[in-house]
Amino acid sequence: MLARRVIPCLDVANGRVVKGTKFVNLTDEGDPAELAERYAQEGADEIVFLDITAAHERRGTMLEVVRRTASRAFVPLTVGGGVRSVDEMRDVLRAGADKVSFNTAAVATPELLTGCAERFGSQAVVCAVDARRLPVADGEEQRWEVVTHGGRRTTDLDAIEWAIRAVDLGAGELLVTSMDRDGTRSGFDTELLSQIATRVRVPVIASGGAAGPEDFVTAVRDGKADAVLAASIFHRRMHSIAEVKAAMAAAGLPVRRIEESVA
Amino acid sequence: MSGAVKIAVLDYGAANMVSITKALAAVGAEASVAAEPSALAGVDAIVIPGVGAAAPAMVHLRERGLAEPLIEWARASRPCLGICLGFQLFFESSDEADAQALGLLAGRTVGLVDAPTLPHIGWNTVEAVRPHPLFEGVADGSHFYFVHSFAPAPADESIVVARTTHGRPFVSAVAKGSLYGLQFHPEKSSEAGLQVLANYVGLVADARAGGEV
Repeated sequence: MLARRVIPCLDVANGRVVKGTKFVNLTDEGDPAELAERYAQEGADEIVFLDITAAHERRGTMLEVVRRTASRAFVPLTVGGGVRSVDEMRDVLRAGADKVSFNTAAVATPELLTGCAERFGSQAVVCAVDARRLPVADGEEQRWEVVTHGGRRTTDLDAIEWAIRAVDLGAGELLVTSMDRDGTRSGFDTELLSQIATRVRVPVIASGGAAGPEDFVTAVRDGKADAVLAASIFHRRMHSIAEVKAAMAAAGLPVRRIEESVA
Repeated sequence: MSGAVKIAVLDYGAANMVSITKALAAVGAEASVAAEPSALAGVDAIVIPGVGAAAPAMVHLRERGLAEPLIEWARASRPCLGICLGFQLFFESSDEADAQALGLLAGRTVGLVDAPTLPHIGWNTVEAVRPHPLFEGVADGSHFYFVHSFAPAPADESIVVARTTHGRPFVSAVAKGSLYGLQFHPEKSSEAGLQVLANYVGLVADARAGGEV
């Protein structure tokens, strides 16, 4: 049976893992390859690197990070942030990544999803949908808008319609982040997640708001997510991946436990 | 002849070569990347990796002159491991864009039926149909990493080693003589995956030793 994935996310700037609040007050937290390897040993089902390097400073540092990580951690790697063309995606995959996640670039140029899916297959193309709740009057249906540039810019796109369109264009997976919950540790927006997950056939990764192991359970059970991504609760060692998986298993969700693997 | 077994990983433009070559090195093989037929000289075994689409993969294999040498290699019963798309290419054809493949094994690659999510992405359990040295030291029902929308339907049931279920069961491992195929990615499947690759390297070493007697 297909396991529900637990995915730690690492923010990377200039080839180093950084921590910060809303892209400011960044502190150096170490080497991405080393941290990724540690997470893999602790049972991470996949690792996501989010490149938050300023565009003008970006020049191959992420490729080197991917290359070093793929040489040591034998789990799937996804790179998000900064990839804007089929050729750039090819370079990231050749460095050892398995998937590339598109956000701002896909909103600006939706055909990019199609071009990359035709070249590398849709399984390698992840569309990141950053969504924020819109104010609604009583009795009106809740809606979410797509935001870009790490939440700093709004669009006119309805998040659920955009998610469906991204899949039609070629995305093989959706990374859905609630910008209302991101960094707040108040739990996932399960309503947003289930609205999207019940309308598409591709896997949905939940992101934004994880506080504890029980949030991973609700993201899957109520949000219908196939995988759950989190950053700070793992970095700050508030909870381990094993703890999260134990809670998911106790709730009856299929997970991969690392102690099972070798007989 | 002794020393590490030499394994050529075919590069036909199918993306990530780093993970598979490093994983083979991690289990003691000497892995090289082969983008042309001459790079197969002197190696003990081949790995055909791959994700992506079947039709362009076959075009690239033919353009690089690798398709014929591969077919000859397999006919000479020399060890060859196909992973994911590389495994699917062993068969005669694929539903995916109606592509013609290598035809080393009878059967056709078809779309996953009744899959609750598609592509099938993530860690799923691999259930043994029969014991096989490829899975020695791996607990039956262990998780391996999959990422695909198609899987082969072999005409010869006796080559099936393991199955996995996503919607309906599909074939996730086969073996016929020195030809081995895996639908999952051992190079992305952590300890269990490395164990399968180590077993393959062991089978190659045995084949090499046998050939010298």
